[in-house]
Amino acid sequence: MVEWTEQERSIINGIFANLDYDDVGAKALCRCLIVYPWTQRYFGAFGNLYNAEAIKTNPNIAAHGVKILHGLDRAVKNMDNIKATYAELSVLHSEKLHVDPDNFKLLSDCLTIVIAARLGSSFTPETQAAWQKFLAVVVSALGRQYH
Amino acid sequence: MSLTEKDKTAVKTLWGKISKSADAIGADALGRMLSVYPQTKTYFSHWSDLSYGSGPVKAHGKKVMSGVALAVSKIDDLTAGLQDLSELHAFQHVSNFHRNKILSHCIMVVIATLFPKDFTPEAHVATDKFLSCLALALSEKYR
Repeated sequence: MVEWTEQERSIINGIFANLDYDDVGAKALCRCLIVYPWTQRYFGAFGNLYNAEAIKTNPNIAAHGVKILHGLDRAVKNMDNIKATYAELSVLHSEKLHVDPDNFKLLSDCLTIVIAARLGSSFTPETQAAWQKFLAVVVSALGRQYH
Repeated sequence: MSLTEKDKTAVKTLWGKISKSADAIGADALGRMLSVYPQTKTYFSHWSDLSYGSGPVKAHGKKVMSGVALAVSKIDDLTAGLQDLSELHAFQHVSNFHRNKILSHCIMVVIATLFPKDFTPEAHVATDKFLSCLALALSEKYR
């Protein structure tokens, strides 16, 4: 089981309490598709992904980014049992969506960059450490049910 | 994944905007790396103080960024341009190739916090590629 300090819980809850889901979710997924273009393979049905501009203005991508970010809410509410919380989602990503779990880390890095850009100087090293620890636990849980 | 002309232009444009803050970026990135990824401290055990903002960390952060500046100026042939630095890092067994990604990530996080409007997705992909190529050129002499 993952051990969280009070400070880490407070940092994670604080970030999510003040999060603009519509903006951050959309930006994080767009950034992932632009910075790591091979991730576009999972979004064939989403419409025009031909270039950065198209990706940034694609409403399906924006909506999906928001959906993904809200998916993290479950982890925030169940920080002491993220592995079990995401068991079903892990199966979904493996069996139905066929997503290479390596890509979870890529999206999480893009989300970190977007959060860092929004928080600026308040994205201190302590905040970064807690945030990245949280995302690492989520990424691990999502990859857990692959076989 | 080699750098296209578009990548090189994007890197140089971004560098033009951030280079004045290079020392601060280096100090912050290195300090973050040591505290967020404690396993990297193993490479600096000879320093008196590994805490964020310490003298040795700031001084080395500055050196790291002058290495980045050199790389920007030698962007058309990073392997040749960074040869001396590669030998330095290799023969002193200074680092492990796989750790370069960690420092690259920290550098980009710092740029994002300081220059949110300039670190667009397009600038991000070019910078990510550039830092990967830099790391590869730096590790040329590792084995």
